[in-house]
Amino acid sequence: MSVPAPSATLPAMIPVTPGARSAARRARIIRERIIESVLFLAALVSVFTTVGIVYILVKESVVFFQQVSIVDFLTDTQWTPLFDDAHFGIMVLLSGTITSSLVALSIAIPLGTVIAIYLSEFAPFKLREVAKPFLELLGGVPTIVYGYFALLFVTPLLQYFYPELPGFNLLSAGIVMGIMIVPYVSSISEDAMRAVPMSLREGSYAMGATRYQTATRVVVPAAVSGIAAAYILGISRAVGETMILAVAAGMQPNLTFNPLEPAATITAYIVQVALGDLPHGSVGYQTIFAAGLTLMLFTLACNIVGHAMRKRFREAY
Amino acid sequence: MQTRDLAAIRKLIAAHKRWDAVFGVFGLLCLMVGVLAFASLFADMAIRGFDRLEWSFFTSFPSRRAADAGILSAWVGSTLVMAVTAFVAVPLGVAAGVYLEEYAPRNWMTDIIEINITNLAGVPSIVYGLLALGLFVYQFGLGQSILSAGLTLALLILPVVIVATREAIRSIPQHIREGSYALGATQWQTVRYHILPYSLAGILTGMIIGMARAIGETAPIITIGALTFIAFLPPAPVSAEPPYLSFEWLMSPFTVMPIQVFNWTSRPEAAFQSNAAAAGFVLVFMTLAMNGLAIWLRYRLRKNIKW
Repeated sequence: MSVPAPSATLPAMIPVTPGARSAARRARIIRERIIESVLFLAALVSVFTTVGIVYILVKESVVFFQQVSIVDFLTDTQWTPLFDDAHFGIMVLLSGTITSSLVALSIAIPLGTVIAIYLSEFAPFKLREVAKPFLELLGGVPTIVYGYFALLFVTPLLQYFYPELPGFNLLSAGIVMGIMIVPYVSSISEDAMRAVPMSLREGSYAMGATRYQTATRVVVPAAVSGIAAAYILGISRAVGETMILAVAAGMQPNLTFNPLEPAATITAYIVQVALGDLPHGSVGYQTIFAAGLTLMLFTLACNIVGHAMRKRFREAY
Repeated sequence: MQTRDLAAIRKLIAAHKRWDAVFGVFGLLCLMVGVLAFASLFADMAIRGFDRLEWSFFTSFPSRRAADAGILSAWVGSTLVMAVTAFVAVPLGVAAGVYLEEYAPRNWMTDIIEINITNLAGVPSIVYGLLALGLFVYQFGLGQSILSAGLTLALLILPVVIVATREAIRSIPQHIREGSYALGATQWQTVRYHILPYSLAGILTGMIIGMARAIGETAPIITIGALTFIAFLPPAPVSAEPPYLSFEWLMSPFTVMPIQVFNWTSRPEAAFQSNAAAAGFVLVFMTLAMNGLAIWLRYRLRKNIKW
């Protein structure tokens, strides 16, 4: 069987002169370049977003700090930006943020760690396959719904045991926030633990260690930087959380570290100001940018440390 | 002597095994705390809001009388804002993901972009609200409109879409690209006819998760100054008369589902709180359905791919 002679069709198909061919190639190269540039610009949008955030926060904060000295901002013990006798002590808002975050973390960290150890080292395969997506779903519930839950379910429940608890308090907001953060802590910690090579576990079992001993003395120490990263990301979540606190903790500025009291946090204050009608350019309007800058710097520091730690555990093996 | 040692060792082993069992139960209990919290949240909203969940709840505007109030303007607003968000975030996110996986050279610029995306994913959502307030609302003069809100949420979920796109593209084996190049395809032709179609399901998953997050976001939208009481609908995007399509709705004031929930939750009257429960139930149901769909898609995907 012979191959049909190509000469019958091919010459008709390629009447291309070298000049036309190189022109087509040039057009193609140009088109490829244009497409690459467009894609590059799309990737740059994320950089522009960061630049935009820093620009806006710094610009408005600079105006704010021209009217309020930075020493007052850091040391004053009152936060009354909308009164005639205005005070701008960020400590007041920070105390609310710190207290509620501590409550949240004292729930999220133990619970999240135990769940991560359980899922990674103890749980049967089938349970893990069900539990992981479930925890993911838990992390996807809108925070406003958690706020509703804190105010109208957890607070009445706590009042049942402790009747003097005010309707708005940092405790119930913090507890619900902790439950919200559990999935973040557990999923990142679990990833870190599962990245620990099987050979380490096998070595431990070969020495006669039980599962519990292997988990706590081999796997957790080996995954410690990843677990620490999970905690730090949990902290940054807690500090940046807004709606749960705006709904359930009240919006009264209150310099307190007592979780049984109502208090405003940095984020809740921003919401409170945004809900009112503050004229653009007033000091009240600029305070939220100064408060936002404080928040941004804090979470940025958390994220950088967390990211560095995560990188370390990835490179460990 | 020897037998006593053996007995002691057996006792020690039994004690350690007991610890194992205890921790196994303890871990399960901790997991149950999460399940219980979620179940009580869902049950509480379902019970409290059940009476309000009827057809008229979806077709009425908010009202001063709790029994007449509904979520019409809220769900219409949410839908329109989501449309803007998807329209902006999906093309941008996919393009950025394709660039970073297929085109980006290994240099400092790429490093900056990557670090940036990681950082942006950790920025609290309310900070995006401040960005939008300063930039979109005042600098660009877009006002407190659907367009401002949609753009804000688009920036917020951009990292989610980018990361999902990159993961989907990364799972495509190198020989697919090599095969395409071997047939004389250019880089863009390879992306357009091979990379994008094969990573479509993964991209879709990321997009759905991003949208589920955006639809529940309250803080950034409150920060740009969205109104909490809206008793009218934005102008319709399509009409029967020429020019048929109208974009007036982009600049219209609006409210969204989470803000409606917030507004009703903050009221002291129990009747409004049932409204909040009903609206919250709808909202949770929507986000759960979207997340569930994404998880299912990913599961299917992992099972079916055989390169």
